[in-house]
Amino acid sequence: MKHHIVLRVITKILIAPIVLFGLYVQFHGDFGAGGGFQAGVIIAVGIILYALIFGLSTAKQVLPLWVVRTAACFGVLIYAGVGVATMILGGNFLDYDFLSADPVAYAVAGQHLGILLIEAGVGLTVASVMVLVFYGFAGISGPIGDEEW
Amino acid sequence: MSAIVVDLILFTLLVIVAIEIVRLDHLFAVIMLSGVFSLLTAGLFITMDAPDVAFTEAAVGAGISTVLMLGTLAVTAQRQKKSRKTQTVPLLVVVATGMALIYATLDMPVFGDAMAPAQTHVAPYYIESTPRDIDVPNIVTAVLASYRGFDTLGEVVVVFMAGVGVLALLGRRSPRRDRKSDGDDA
Repeated sequence: MKHHIVLRVITKILIAPIVLFGLYVQFHGDFGAGGGFQAGVIIAVGIILYALIFGLSTAKQVLPLWVVRTAACFGVLIYAGVGVATMILGGNFLDYDFLSADPVAYAVAGQHLGILLIEAGVGLTVASVMVLVFYGFAGISGPIGDEEW
Repeated sequence: MSAIVVDLILFTLLVIVAIEIVRLDHLFAVIMLSGVFSLLTAGLFITMDAPDVAFTEAAVGAGISTVLMLGTLAVTAQRQKKSRKTQTVPLLVVVATGMALIYATLDMPVFGDAMAPAQTHVAPYYIESTPRDIDVPNIVTAVLASYRGFDTLGEVVVVFMAGVGVLALLGRRSPRRDRKSDGDDA
């Protein structure tokens, strides 16, 4: 990919807006279309684009395999952890009302916090798994040769 | 009126793309066309006022799965094997299934019908109580994240398990190949 200067330059310009848009979709999911799942996919696309253009080995230096693996586990852990936390605080599993300081009068605050946290967990797991799957496939196929473009 | 025109254009393109996917045997083109198919489907979801679904379709169907299919293509052949004989049984199965599906749509309620079973079951409850219980403007998020939180946890675990499965199948390679594929700079 060393010769494809157009692709390299355009990719460098695009990656930051892609990840930024992913974060917007992540945290704006309560208000508009989107949420953790879509945001995770978009952020993963940014990383995969980087890996496609600059090579898998470079991408693995930026985001090593063990980081992605750990992040995938942490996403599920955050989600389920919110459920356990609400149980400890006296509610049912995933009953976000109890995350609020006052579950009776300000239950809505607990709901907002709960949705924010579990969406973060969803985004983390989805993004990591997508990158993980790509690493797996790109690892066995090797880099894309110049003549294949 | 304009909605019908957009629908007709999208459906026509969808049919053309589907026929081309079946006709072509160059797999790279087929993967690209399946990405186009997903993007057109996302457009259809938008015309049906379902931006959340359209978003997912565009990101997953047109984006990620195209890239993953290309990754798979890199380890297999570029062209589909030519099959000489015409396959009548699969054609009959497809035609019969298609006719059954078209026949089933005759019983379905009209699109957007307020009295449709899907609209009268739990949807009114979600629409009425989301502003009070959850207080977020996007009811889809309220349903997915809060009312159906346990379902979504299951979905996340499914995605996680898929990742674990891929890692178990492809992640463990011999150290020699590992060094070879990682050492090469693209």
